[in-house]
Amino acid sequence: MDLGLWTLDMTTPLLEMKSITKTFPGVKALDGVSFDLNLGEIHALVGENGAGKSTLMKVLAGVYPHPEYGGEILIEGAERRFANIREAEQAGISVIYQELSLVKELSVAENVFLGREPRRFGVINWEQLYGRVQKLLADLHLEIDLRTPVGYLGIGQQQLVEIAKALSQEPRILVLDEPTAALTDTEVETLFGILNKLRARGVAMIYISHKLEEVFTISDRLTVLRDGRTVGTDATSSLDEPRVIARMVGREVGQIFPEATHEHGEVVFEARNITVEDPGVPGKLLVERVGFTARKGEVLGIAGLMGSGRSELLMAIFGAHPGRKSAEILVGGKPVQINHPYDAIKHGIGFVTEDRKRYGLILEQTILKNMTLAGLRRLSGRFFTNEDAEAAAGQRASRDLRIKSTSVFTIAGTLSGGNQQKVVLAKWLLTSPRVLFLDEPTRGIDVGAKQEIYAQINKLAETGLAIVLVSSELPEVLGLSDRIIVLHEGRVTGEFTRKDATPEAVMSCATGHARQAA
Amino acid sequence: MRYWACAASCIELFMTETSRTGRFKIRTSALRAYTMLVALIVIWLFFQWATIDQHHPYGLFLGATNFSKLLQQMAVTGVLAVGMLMVIVCGNIDLSIGAVVGLAGGVAALTQGRGLVPALLSAIIIGLIIGALQGTLVAYANIPAFIVTLGGLEAWRGVILKLTKGATIPVELPFFRSLGRDFIDPRIGFGLAGAAIAAIIWINIRRSRARLRHGLAAMSTGALAARILIPSVVIVAFIFLMNKAGGVPIPVIFLLAVAIAGAFLTANTTFGRYLYAIGGNRDAARLSGINIKRYILAAFCVMGALAGLASILHTARVGSASPDAGTLMELDAIASCVIGGTSLMGGRGTVFGAVLGALILASLDNGMSLLNVENWAQYVVKGGVLVAAVGFDMFGRRKT
Repeated sequence: MDLGLWTLDMTTPLLEMKSITKTFPGVKALDGVSFDLNLGEIHALVGENGAGKSTLMKVLAGVYPHPEYGGEILIEGAERRFANIREAEQAGISVIYQELSLVKELSVAENVFLGREPRRFGVINWEQLYGRVQKLLADLHLEIDLRTPVGYLGIGQQQLVEIAKALSQEPRILVLDEPTAALTDTEVETLFGILNKLRARGVAMIYISHKLEEVFTISDRLTVLRDGRTVGTDATSSLDEPRVIARMVGREVGQIFPEATHEHGEVVFEARNITVEDPGVPGKLLVERVGFTARKGEVLGIAGLMGSGRSELLMAIFGAHPGRKSAEILVGGKPVQINHPYDAIKHGIGFVTEDRKRYGLILEQTILKNMTLAGLRRLSGRFFTNEDAEAAAGQRASRDLRIKSTSVFTIAGTLSGGNQQKVVLAKWLLTSPRVLFLDEPTRGIDVGAKQEIYAQINKLAETGLAIVLVSSELPEVLGLSDRIIVLHEGRVTGEFTRKDATPEAVMSCATGHARQAA
Repeated sequence: MRYWACAASCIELFMTETSRTGRFKIRTSALRAYTMLVALIVIWLFFQWATIDQHHPYGLFLGATNFSKLLQQMAVTGVLAVGMLMVIVCGNIDLSIGAVVGLAGGVAALTQGRGLVPALLSAIIIGLIIGALQGTLVAYANIPAFIVTLGGLEAWRGVILKLTKGATIPVELPFFRSLGRDFIDPRIGFGLAGAAIAAIIWINIRRSRARLRHGLAAMSTGALAARILIPSVVIVAFIFLMNKAGGVPIPVIFLLAVAIAGAFLTANTTFGRYLYAIGGNRDAARLSGINIKRYILAAFCVMGALAGLASILHTARVGSASPDAGTLMELDAIASCVIGGTSLMGGRGTVFGAVLGALILASLDNGMSLLNVENWAQYVVKGGVLVAAVGFDMFGRRKT
């Protein structure tokens, strides 16, 4: 654009992202995404988990600095290459992430200006700081005491403080990533009031949400991302929910999923009336009276979006939820009491947890030690370990699951994501479970490894294992499950058999619509 | 006078390790310990060179008499370091053991009148009870180990003052004293060496049969021979050296027994495996069905009992129990672990490394004393070595 100066008129968008690509080892997270944003507009960004929304925003915010992504970012027509988050902030971009970034021990006012305190000769000018925060909060109609430590506030109010913090930087571009996940209905209204006001002032906003209802209420335009590509951008008023859902899921299911031929046997596992309380917020229920059964040789899929209580449900059944819970669990028809994961393992429940780095693996130990950890007593010995017996079992598992490594004595942290996931799977298979829970078994691994895991899941079901699969990737649930239950905000909103589970119907239940009679 | 070579390879007794594929090879996780072994040899050579004079044309430091003294000096720290290693590996710390050594030693001295066995047992039981108490507070009451044991450091020292009324109590029983000062008969030394070599042969043959039974690749004859010969030669050389100075010192026998038991416990039991798992990733360990609280408690109990044993060796060597006995010993034990490659974040470290760390510290102490290095400089050097060891490790790791 030689005529750069000349084109700087009202029709130039405030922000343009052109053919953005971003690759992680083995995974192409963004593949030529284009996105633009005008002054005083709320542009919604929707898509399934893993579609690339958060990655795109991290590129914009300088979390992934310039040479780490492909494509260009233009602000008011001029290309910008942010080397870090600070540079992006200076360009007027402010991001409110899903996970709160507040310091719980500091007061509301201190949090709002953390790292940017008004100073004179290095001494904080508290009067100015409190004055400015007070004005900001009054402007937002927030009735929060400035001096309260943030930790004493409810999650919803903390979220609003986070927004105040972002606004204190007077951003031109404000990114909100699932801002209403923790808000009550009244708080959502407050938030929308604030957003409308900001829009009137000319602030441009990118609004990421799973809740389509909200998106339709607040946004001017809407872009759907799928598998790291832009599916389409349109004025929100020209769209409706079914069309957006179709764009979100519209992909070839099949091919990468093996043909299933499971013979279903008797019920080996049943959970009734599972209720789980949020350990941080007493009284808030993450899961409410959910029940399900799993049969021998069957894959039961649990679908639901982020925050629907899927993982909490499994964690609670497994005896690993930190907060209060109530549950009735039957294994092989007999009621069992599970207070700790070792009870669960004793009763034949295996759990391939989500987030393998945090919950699954000891990264600095060998593949073998990771594999044998859960079943150590059985594989090795009650007190004295037998390394040769372990090595023999581990090498067999490694061969069966086709783990690519020089030997089982390779350090687990050096493996690729797919192979790490297989190590976690092997760990649980070596406990000889009757029921196997899988939570996000293919998160962050490449397509080839995914396919192998899918094949493995089917093989295990054929050998008579009951499998409970939780995934936020809809095609995965649809492609593997014989039966599907859908969770939304901690409750079951639908149940499907393989035959009548269409992506649209499941997604509709997952976004909060109860299942309509067929 | 090439004793140092024999002594150096003696250390390998702990660390020779064949990879499970059957070939003879260095374990990567022990690499830090190997660099420290090189550092130890450099330190030894330096002191050997620096102590050359007209009476000792080959140097004094590694002569049988001085080397025997050096090992006696490190025995107490070494025993404590083995216990500390287990506490640190599962992600905790014990700052109270110096005070526990003082208290248990004081109790042993006070109960001498009832006989030798009650005196020694009471020291170990006191250590065990304190370990169990502190471990319970850490594991079940969720109070950070740093706080619990910092409190212990103060409180147990206070209890000593109350019990001993501030007085130093001499050790009266001759056998008690001899535990810290005497040597085992050279013939018994050879007997022990023979038994150890027989055990090494038996373990290796059993192991190679077990490998075949589990369908793993067989060990080559060369590897098998190396696994038997190298430690055997080291053991024989060590015994010869010690016998030149009157036999193996009794505290060194205790240290060797504790080190071997500790190495076995950490490497070949479910207890040891779980400690590393808890320190390596607490969440993953819990989700794998490990009763984290129970194992943390157990680690503190082992630490306490070893502090009791160390108090016996220390009191016997000094010949009396003073109210300030054991002061700062916890820091020597922690420094030994860290120099030997233990991560204070938990999950990483070996008993061999911890004992090696204690040996390095004792060598610096002993060598600098021989050279009449002033007291202040000794502290500065030891502090510098600790920081340098960790800094070197960090630098090495960043590159890989």
